[in-house]
Amino acid sequence: MSNVPADLHYTKDHEWIKVAADGTAVIGITDHAQAALGDVTFVDLPKVGASFNHGDVFGTVESVKAASDLYSPISCEVVEANADLNNSPDLVNREPYGGAWMIKVKVKNPAELASLLDAAGYAATL
Amino acid sequence: MSAPLSRTPLFALHVELGGRIVPFAGWEMPVQYTGIIEEHMAVRNTAGLFDVSHMGEARVRGRDAAKFLDGIMTNEMATIKVGMARYTVMCQPDGGCVDDLIVYRLAEEEFLICLNASNAPKDIAWMRAHIGTLQVEVLDECAAWAQLALQGPLAEKILALVTSTPLASIKRFGFVLGEVAGAPGCLISRTGYTGSPGFELYLPAASAEKVARALLAAGKPHGLVPAGLGARDSLRLEANYPLYGHEISEKISPIQAGLGWTVKFAKADFIGREALHRQAQGGPTSSVILFSLDDRRIARQGAVVYSGETPVGEVLSGTQSPVLGKPIGTALVAAGHAASATLTVDIRGHRIPLRLSAEPFVK
Repeated sequence: MSNVPADLHYTKDHEWIKVAADGTAVIGITDHAQAALGDVTFVDLPKVGASFNHGDVFGTVESVKAASDLYSPISCEVVEANADLNNSPDLVNREPYGGAWMIKVKVKNPAELASLLDAAGYAATL
Repeated sequence: MSAPLSRTPLFALHVELGGRIVPFAGWEMPVQYTGIIEEHMAVRNTAGLFDVSHMGEARVRGRDAAKFLDGIMTNEMATIKVGMARYTVMCQPDGGCVDDLIVYRLAEEEFLICLNASNAPKDIAWMRAHIGTLQVEVLDECAAWAQLALQGPLAEKILALVTSTPLASIKRFGFVLGEVAGAPGCLISRTGYTGSPGFELYLPAASAEKVARALLAAGKPHGLVPAGLGARDSLRLEANYPLYGHEISEKISPIQAGLGWTVKFAKADFIGREALHRQAQGGPTSSVILFSLDDRRIARQGAVVYSGETPVGEVLSGTQSPVLGKPIGTALVAAGHAASATLTVDIRGHRIPLRLSAEPFVK
């Protein structure tokens, strides 16, 4: 059974987002997603300052088996991309909810969070 | 619409071992157990055990068996010694590949042929359609055999723990019939599809699970792991072995695929000879190249290859090479570009230079 932490929001496409009190958020992919991808070899992330609308492709995660698009759970502007993934893409397999966060963003429209799945809702899709 | 998937005699074992089961060539097969890279490196450094029971087998026997095979195969069949195997291609009249196969000579007038899983029914029908007046029969033995591939530098040491059959005298591409883990009637062949040393075992289907369990138990202290089709694919690509449907197909001939060494023009006529000879003489219109990328992105099947701004080909196979730590692949490129130092491949809008390789990445 894959791990679905209770304090995150989720998309049906297997991204998670954790929102902080200061209006920023971090985004990554779920334990279920990393297990399905297998060994991750590369994570292609956007530059700081890039803006995305809810549902836009913000990057790509590549495993031995396949390349998969990453979808932005919300409308946002990138304030940091996780540089650790450059040298250690396998962090995605080992720490999908921790060391393998992908981008830190400024949330543009907090109301969009209501359209995301909670942990129970996401777990029900698996 | 699709036919129901087949299961090998080891299906329950794969599930027990935590294999991730995927549909492949009409079969439910494990793509990986713990991870493709880990299983790949086990084969390079210690050993891996693959279930390749989805592969098909045909027995060809009769007074004219060798002559019959020489008429449908590109490689020379009559000169295979009893106890030896040979890699060959079976071609269409236009030079396209019906399949690539390993032919084992069991006796003067008897051969066992290993067929690709997805091609097995087509291959057997093709062979039977070309018997003509020859004294030969083609028996479908796909269901009778299971196949295991035990591959890696420790394969021989591990196999010796579960068989009394002498192994040291088996040459590369040689085989013997013997007992493995108490199961009689096993064909033990020093062949493989990984680029590492090892054996392929053809087992009576009912003995497969017993042999697999014995090998895994005996090999575990030596680092043997079960390995899935994912590692099988990355291993064969590092070794530059073709995969039917990728580097060779009904559209890609052995000459185009760089397998000209398997086409023996000097022997008596065979299906495809004229077309293949034309290609060999005049040069094919396109050919298969092997490459690596100095990048993190993997060029996957269908990615377009460019010379300048002109599309000149497409990627046939692509993966991450665990040994090199970078992406590798093959591509079919138009004549005149196969040795070009300035080809690029488009990966999601990025143009990455191809670094061509004249040699496999492992030997």
